[in-house]
Amino acid sequence: MASLGKRRFWRQLLLSEYLVVVLCLVYFIAMIPIVPRIASVETFQNILSDMLPLIVVALGQTVILIIAGIDLSMTATIAMASVVGASVMTGTGGPLAGSSLATPAGILTMLGVGAAIGWFNGLCIARLRMPAFMVTLATMMFFAGVAIWFVTLRSETTSIANLPRSFVVIGQGKMYGIPNSLWVALAVGVVMHLMLTRTVFGREIFAIGVNRLTAEVSGVQVRKRIHMAFIVSGLCAAIGSILYTGRLETGSPIIGSNILLDIIGAAVIGGTSLFGGKGKVIWTVFGVLFLVLLDQSLKLMGLTLFMVFAIKGGVILAAAIADAARTRLSGH
Amino acid sequence: MALLQLENISKSFFGVEVLHGINLTLEKNTIVGLIGENGSGKSTTMNILGGVHQPDSGRMLIEGVPYAPASPRDALASGVSFIHQELNLFPNLSIEENLFIRGFPHLHWMLPVIDRKRIRARTKQLLDLVDLQVLPGTLVSRLSQGERQLVEIAKALSTDARIIIFDEPTTSLTRREIDRLFAIIDRLKTQQIGIIYISHILRDVLALADNISVLRDGSVVGAGHKSEYNIDRMISLMVGRSIKQLFPKRNAGSAGEPLLKVEGLTQPGVIRDVNFNIAKGEIMGLAGLMGAGRSETARIIFGLDPHKSGTIEVAGQKLENANPHAAMRAGIAFLTEDRRAEGLLMNAPIYDSEALPNLDTHSHPRTGWIDNSALASEAEKYSKRVQLNTTSIGSVLARNLSGGNQQKVVLAKWLMRNPRLFILDEPTRGVDIGAKAEIYRIINALVDEGCAVLMISSEMEELIGMCDRIAVMSNGEITGSFSRADFNQERILEAAMRPSRQEGGA
Repeated sequence: MASLGKRRFWRQLLLSEYLVVVLCLVYFIAMIPIVPRIASVETFQNILSDMLPLIVVALGQTVILIIAGIDLSMTATIAMASVVGASVMTGTGGPLAGSSLATPAGILTMLGVGAAIGWFNGLCIARLRMPAFMVTLATMMFFAGVAIWFVTLRSETTSIANLPRSFVVIGQGKMYGIPNSLWVALAVGVVMHLMLTRTVFGREIFAIGVNRLTAEVSGVQVRKRIHMAFIVSGLCAAIGSILYTGRLETGSPIIGSNILLDIIGAAVIGGTSLFGGKGKVIWTVFGVLFLVLLDQSLKLMGLTLFMVFAIKGGVILAAAIADAARTRLSGH
Repeated sequence: MALLQLENISKSFFGVEVLHGINLTLEKNTIVGLIGENGSGKSTTMNILGGVHQPDSGRMLIEGVPYAPASPRDALASGVSFIHQELNLFPNLSIEENLFIRGFPHLHWMLPVIDRKRIRARTKQLLDLVDLQVLPGTLVSRLSQGERQLVEIAKALSTDARIIIFDEPTTSLTRREIDRLFAIIDRLKTQQIGIIYISHILRDVLALADNISVLRDGSVVGAGHKSEYNIDRMISLMVGRSIKQLFPKRNAGSAGEPLLKVEGLTQPGVIRDVNFNIAKGEIMGLAGLMGAGRSETARIIFGLDPHKSGTIEVAGQKLENANPHAAMRAGIAFLTEDRRAEGLLMNAPIYDSEALPNLDTHSHPRTGWIDNSALASEAEKYSKRVQLNTTSIGSVLARNLSGGNQQKVVLAKWLMRNPRLFILDEPTRGVDIGAKAEIYRIINALVDEGCAVLMISSEMEELIGMCDRIAVMSNGEITGSFSRADFNQERILEAAMRPSRQEGGA
């Protein structure tokens, strides 16, 4: 009997949407004796500032995972938006150097780049019916390359610096004592949450993820919705790029080139299903928290970058296994 | 001694007896034609013969030896081979690979290397038997439907089959291919083999078979030499039953202005020149055999599949771009034949399935902001109206409902839209008798409110009990139309089996 009760407890925990928070807490407490510095204000600040741009980008990925797709091109979108946006804004040789319009124009350009890449991905996937994995893998490689080429076109260096102050504060400054990037992430999170739960678009993309045929017969314009989802994903990558670029004060083609695994991993760790039809904003936030906490603790322990990668990879794999187990447990 | 003998085979599913003591005898070198309506027990009988199901009582003998296959593999080992309506070939493999897929001979017993030469020689031999002159290495995807059918037969012969069962083998063949197939079947039967031939095409059965067995409602209602049969007798044996009092009385539909007007609807290879009207408050039935083009017509009207020519008008308004969204805006609802795959979100709460087609009417037209409380109360209201039996539509998953309740969810989700035209494709398939009566009641209430209904069903009684008019399809064309006064099962079935113009009455 006792073992039955225990099994039910584990089952409940595995199926619970707060599993990840529990894991974060357990992990955090377990780490305190090993690296006491983890329980410091400085670490908390680091964790928060690492989380914010990643949350924005991972939310875009969440939308794509809900329709049972995948967007591998997000990192390249971040890089592309970063360099193109920077080239518009930069004080050294930029077309709007010194103008007060530089920052708004730069931001619009970055959003435009994100939306355009998302639009192209969506075109190939929704209208031409190509597999999302293939399309976004190709656009990732293409735009990662183009971003570097774009920078070499206009400068000897590998990045575009001298960005206007009003832009940089988005990634670094504070308002009412709260980091601006937190305001941005909060806004994106709230908008995304409302979009997914309270709008026709949100409910329809969940339906597409659960059963595309039923959605189609129920009048959902499936291809239009999928196309839109990829544009949303591109926009999220662009907003993430604004935060990353602002924080770095430079437009760089290698910005975000290492975070693809984190983007997908965070969503999956949070509980968004790779099989589609399941996902929540708050889950992805938890997933990002877990990954960043792991990352920080491993760095504090003084592990090499390679070790950090290996451990993170293992954790994400475990999350994917848990996803499959959950899908089975909830009965199919 | 008979090659195969079925003695008193009975079978129940979930406490409902579907086969009541079936007897069947098959001699060597003969062909038995097996006929019956959909659901008469043909498939169950053949599944028992093929080891898919086990009988509850009765026994089977092959050449006097008891035969009780526990699996399809056992049946195959005993020399019982099936050739199905849908072919079981891998199109991406060659003919020889398909023939030996169950076990490739190895070059040496220790080496996992396939003995290509032996396979090739044996395949050549088998292809000669079925008179198919192509190289054994040809990919199946490059063969025509008729040639694939011959490969299936070769595959059956490769297992040294003594009994071969053909289940509707001609559905996707041209007349030339059919003639060729029949010549081969005729030749096969001279080689110590017994054949069971199942088909809806009665004249084919009459031409090919030596003996005929007719199934109805799980019993054999006629068996004998083909000289005792003609098409009329076959049909009346297949049908012969009275209509139960399942259908509530209803005022006949008004013959007013047509709500739906379909003119010259054509999609090559699917349907041809389909014309009909349905008035407000009228139920039109669409009868026909499986694959006659009924569901295809419905899918085209609802914009799920394309059509090449012809027009669809709803209340005088032409439906221009064919897609479900536009069809729904014109007031059409569509209950598909496969509720699990196309009607419901099985792994989501019932509410999600019900809300899905109603999101646009319960949200802000520009922002898409959903009015949750209005939507939820509508869903509750309509769940009650269809007498959905569940504890909570917000938490119970659709897949945990019974078939009847699932169908009610699909009805409710469409009723919420107040459709002007409701297309129902097999609305009571896989539904128990109680839920059936409730579904009929819901449909009648809908029609009383002025909704037009297009009802597709394979159950003749259902169509006769419910419809004001029945159109019959065969081979993608409408081959007959009957008004309530001259409903007659035999005449409808006769129209369903009538060769279409396309076939030229061959």
